[in-house]
Amino acid sequence: MNSENRDSSIIAHNLVKKYGDVTALDGLDLEVRSGTVLGLLGPNGAGKTTAVSILTTLVKPTAGSATVAGIDVLAEPEEVRRRIGLSGQYAAVDEHLTANENLEMIGRLYGMSRREARARSHELIERFRLTEAADRPLKTFSGGMRRRIDLAGALIADPPVLFLDEPTTGLDPVSRGELWDVIRDRVAQGTTVLLTTQYLEEADQLADQIVVIDHGRSIAEGTADELKRRIGGEHLDVHIERQDQFELTETILKSVASGPLRAHSGDGAFSAPVKNGVHALSQVLRELEANNVAIIDIGLRRPTLDDVFVELTGHGAEESSNA
Amino acid sequence: MNILRDSLVIARRNTIRIRRVPDVMVFVLIQPLMFVVLFAYVFGGSIDIPGSSYREFLMAGIFTQTVVFGATFTGAGLAEDLQKGLINRFRSLPMSPFAVVAGRTASDVIYNVLSIAMMSIAGLAVGWRIRSSFIDAVIGYALLLFFSYAFSWVMACIGLAVRTPEVVNNASFMVLFPLTFIANTFVPSDNLPPVFKTIAEWNPVSALTHAARVNFGNIPASAPEPTAWPIQNSTLYTLIWAIGLIVVFAPIAARSYQRAGAR
Repeated sequence: MNSENRDSSIIAHNLVKKYGDVTALDGLDLEVRSGTVLGLLGPNGAGKTTAVSILTTLVKPTAGSATVAGIDVLAEPEEVRRRIGLSGQYAAVDEHLTANENLEMIGRLYGMSRREARARSHELIERFRLTEAADRPLKTFSGGMRRRIDLAGALIADPPVLFLDEPTTGLDPVSRGELWDVIRDRVAQGTTVLLTTQYLEEADQLADQIVVIDHGRSIAEGTADELKRRIGGEHLDVHIERQDQFELTETILKSVASGPLRAHSGDGAFSAPVKNGVHALSQVLRELEANNVAIIDIGLRRPTLDDVFVELTGHGAEESSNA
Repeated sequence: MNILRDSLVIARRNTIRIRRVPDVMVFVLIQPLMFVVLFAYVFGGSIDIPGSSYREFLMAGIFTQTVVFGATFTGAGLAEDLQKGLINRFRSLPMSPFAVVAGRTASDVIYNVLSIAMMSIAGLAVGWRIRSSFIDAVIGYALLLFFSYAFSWVMACIGLAVRTPEVVNNASFMVLFPLTFIANTFVPSDNLPPVFKTIAEWNPVSALTHAARVNFGNIPASAPEPTAWPIQNSTLYTLIWAIGLIVVFAPIAARSYQRAGAR
């Protein structure tokens, strides 16, 4: 490794993972600077979980190398495990145990003494506002509560590097926001985080750097702002009533669009990336009304992962979900 | 990294679960009770054991069958941990790779202790008696528990291979029914057709059952001396098998554990 990598807590070089004929990872490079958050963004099956599994020593790569907290993942997996916490869709808590019992168990398995594990468990339960679940089996609680306990489990030994595999997938917005606060709090204390997500908004909220992956390789990287600039800010969605006004509407939208327009003639639905959303909205609305186009719905929205994919790959995010 | 300490942490977690999931107790306690009653009253009148009563003969067989089937809890428990993602969690921790399986096989002995206690009470109620010394009886019980402990390492490998608790149960029944029926568990093996008789004589389940009968004093004085070596040396033969199963299957289970779960 050269000297500029010394400040990086996670370095992956040319990771390849094949399962028979299926290539889950196809030469992925990653570098996460210490104390920062890297968002690994991609659809289902893009290889996010495989990347996390390799970096957390659960799976051996077919080719490539990686270091976590300065330690070689393949040569010294046990030493890596002492320095990481893993939480997310595929890590779990025992639903028949209480929050305290789960956290104490995990603390003990990190090598803490019983007293130490107990004290740390109480501390995290206070901080994560889990007191309600402290002494009750987890199966009676919501998904959001379980995810918070799962995350607390990953933090019990205060590891310097944290892996979060889709930590908020399937959660309601309130639970999601609460989990984000916890993650931000850790980062403020110097923890390095690799976060995988399907939500651009989540990467936007938490990540310093974002790597977009598809079919097991990186297709774009940069800060959230850089990526958003690339995909053209907001989207203007229009839904019209009459088939015979399709081409007219298309022409009007093309005049304001900052990138390729998506249109579905059967539904009369359009989606156009626009630079200045409010201005574009009022202009389009004016022109559609002047031409008597019957509008069912019109609105501005923030770009989604699907928009990123259309922009970067020319296909939608769901098309990649077969791996 | 400390195998013993980590295994105890896992075993403790499993014992908490035993208390919290009472449904399993239905199988642990009611099923052996049902077998005692069914065999004693349904077959009891039709099967004649020279010099003894069928119920006296039967109990050791039911003990053996129950502890062998009890090993499926180990496989099902590990498959459930795998399915729920707990194995992934454990594998990301700096703990011994032996501990999750070792802790599981250890804590599952509790199920067999409870099953055997229940069966003993039921057996006493239908007329079974321990006719040997206290020490012999303790040896008989210990042998049953040790064999089932060893056998649970086999089931651990199955549980980590098939990934869902339901499949563990179905897959094990395919193995466990012939294993516990082509034996001297429910009928004397002397009357079996030649090939089955040989299989039964060398089947460790037969040796275990015979050792239990001997240790509980359930072999009538008039019974013919066994001719097959495994039955003549039933305690030794059972121990050889139990130790052999652990030596072979514990490393396989540890290896399966280290590859299980993640994708």
